Amino acid sequence: MQSFDLEAQGLRALNKTLHKQAEDTNQTVWEIINPKGSHAIAVGLDAPIEVNVKGSTGYYCGGMNKQATVHVHGSAGPGTGENIMSGKIVIEGDASQYLGATGHGGMIVVKGNASSRCGISMKGVNIVVQGNIGHMAAFMGQSGNLVVCGDAGDALGDSCYEARFFVRGTVKSLGADCEKKEMRPEHIEILQELLDEAGIDAHPSEFTRYGSARNLYNFDVDNAGAY
Amino acid sequence: MCGIVGLFLKDKSLEPKLGDMLTNMLITMTDRGPDSAGIAIYGEESEGKAKLTVQSDTPDAAFHKLDYALRDAVKGKVSMTLKDTHAVLEINADQMATARAFLNENHPDLRLMSRGGSLEIFKEVGLPKNVAERFNVRKMSGSHGIGHTRMATESAVTTMGAHPFNTGDDQCLVHNGSLSNHNSLRRKLRRLGVHIETENDTEVGAAYLTWKMQTGSTLGEALQSSLDDLDGFFTFLVGTKDGFGVVRDPIACKPAVMAETDQYVAFGSEYRALVNLPGIEDARVWEPEPATVYFWSHDTAPTEQEKAA
Repeated sequence: MQSFDLEAQGLRALNKTLHKQAEDTNQTVWEIINPKGSHAIAVGLDAPIEVNVKGSTGYYCGGMNKQATVHVHGSAGPGTGENIMSGKIVIEGDASQYLGATGHGGMIVVKGNASSRCGISMKGVNIVVQGNIGHMAAFMGQSGNLVVCGDAGDALGDSCYEARFFVRGTVKSLGADCEKKEMRPEHIEILQELLDEAGIDAHPSEFTRYGSARNLYNFDVDNAGAY
Repeated sequence: MCGIVGLFLKDKSLEPKLGDMLTNMLITMTDRGPDSAGIAIYGEESEGKAKLTVQSDTPDAAFHKLDYALRDAVKGKVSMTLKDTHAVLEINADQMATARAFLNENHPDLRLMSRGGSLEIFKEVGLPKNVAERFNVRKMSGSHGIGHTRMATESAVTTMGAHPFNTGDDQCLVHNGSLSNHNSLRRKLRRLGVHIETENDTEVGAAYLTWKMQTGSTLGEALQSSLDDLDGFFTFLVGTKDGFGVVRDPIACKPAVMAETDQYVAFGSEYRALVNLPGIEDARVWEPEPATVYFWSHDTAPTEQEKAA
C-alpha cells in the first residue's frame, strides 16, 4: 500500500502522482493521511486503483472520477464526485451539497446523510444514501438511480427526465413533474442490485419509486399564459 | 464568496485561547475572502461598565487625548485602549447615551464599530492574517467570538463594508452571501428613520435586525422574520452577549459546517476552518438545515426552530 501525507506533500503532488497511475499499475492501493478538509482531493483519476482518504474532505473530492474507487473515511464537502464517469466513491460520514452533480456513470455510496441538491442533473450515475437527503435532490435528473434509505427533503426530482428515485422513508414534497410510480418486478431487481453493490442491507419492497410524470417534455399551449 | 468562523466555548479553560483559535480559523478562510477581515470578540465584562469601540483612518490624531475629552463630557471615569486603527473606550454603563451623543457631535469622523458590555469589534481592509496581527487577536481571550473574511461582490472594499456589523448592544452579525433586495429595504428602513451609512447589502441586513428588535422582536423572532423579508443568499452568524445563532436562507447555497464537543460549538464556512480545534476528530459535525434558526447560549439549552421554507 502507498501512503501519502497530504499536509506534508501537498495537493498538486498528490493528484499528479495519482494521475500517473496507468491501467496496469501495480500500486493499486493508496492511503491519504491528513486530508483536513482540503479541496479537490483525488480528482480526475483514471485507473483501477483504490484510494482511501483518512479523514474529512472539502470541495469536489473524487470529481470526474473514472475507474478508481475513492473511499472517504469521514465526511465530504460540497460537489463530491461531481461529473463522475465510472468507478465508485464511498463516504463513511455525511456528504454536503450537490453530491454527484451531473454524474454520468459509476456509483456513489453515502453511509450518513447527503444534504441539498444531491444528484442534481444526474446523467447516469447511481447514488445510494443510507441516511436522509436534503431539498432539490436530482433536480433535472436525466438518467441513473438515486436510492435513499431514509427520508427525502423538499422538491425531490423537480423537472426530472428519466432518472429513477427510490425512497424508503418519507418525501417532504415532490418537485414539479415528479410523481410516485409503481414498483414493478424489474424495479425490485434493479434496486436489489444497487443495494447489493452499495453493500447496504435493506429490502427493495420497502421502497417507493418516483420519476418523471413527463408533462414537461413538450410545450403545452395551455401554459402559454404562464410565460 | 466570503468566509465565516465562530467559536462558542463551553469549557472555561479554553477562554484564554479564544483569540488564538479564532485567528487560525480566520486565516484558513483567507481564500474565501482575502480583501478584508474582522472579528467580534466577547471578552471580560466589568460590573457597571460599557465599552465603545471606535475606528479612525487617522488614529494618531483622532485618538489623541480622546479619553480626556470624553471624561469631561460624561463627568465620569473613562479608560481607553488603543489597538491600531481602533480604540476601545470603557465608560460607566449609564453614561453610554451621553458618550455616544458627545462622539457624534464632536468627533463625527470616528466610526462606531461596536457597543456593549463585553463585545469588541475590530475590522479592517487587508488579508485576514495581517488584520489579525494588527489587532493582536491571538492574545485576546473571551467566552465566544465570530469572524469574517470578505470577498466583496455588492459594494466597495472599505472598513465600513467589512464585517462583523454591530446590530445593537452586544450584538453583531456576519454574512456570507448577497442580498438582492437591499436597495428597496434600505429605502424603506431610512424612511422609518433607521440610520444606514453605506451602500453595503449586509449593513441593510444588520439594520433590519436592529430595527426589528427596537420594535419589539426578540433576536430569534427577528431572524425568523428575516427569512420572509430578506431576498437573496445568506448564511448569517449572529453574536449575542451570551451566545451565538445561525440561520441560512431556504435555498442554502452558501456553505456551513458546525461542530460540537463537550468543550465548544464551532462554526465554519468549510470544515477546513475547524480542523485544528482540539478533539475535532471526535466532534459531532453537521450541516445546519436551511431556513432553521439555531441558538447556543451559556444561559439556556440549545434551541433549533424550523420554519417552513
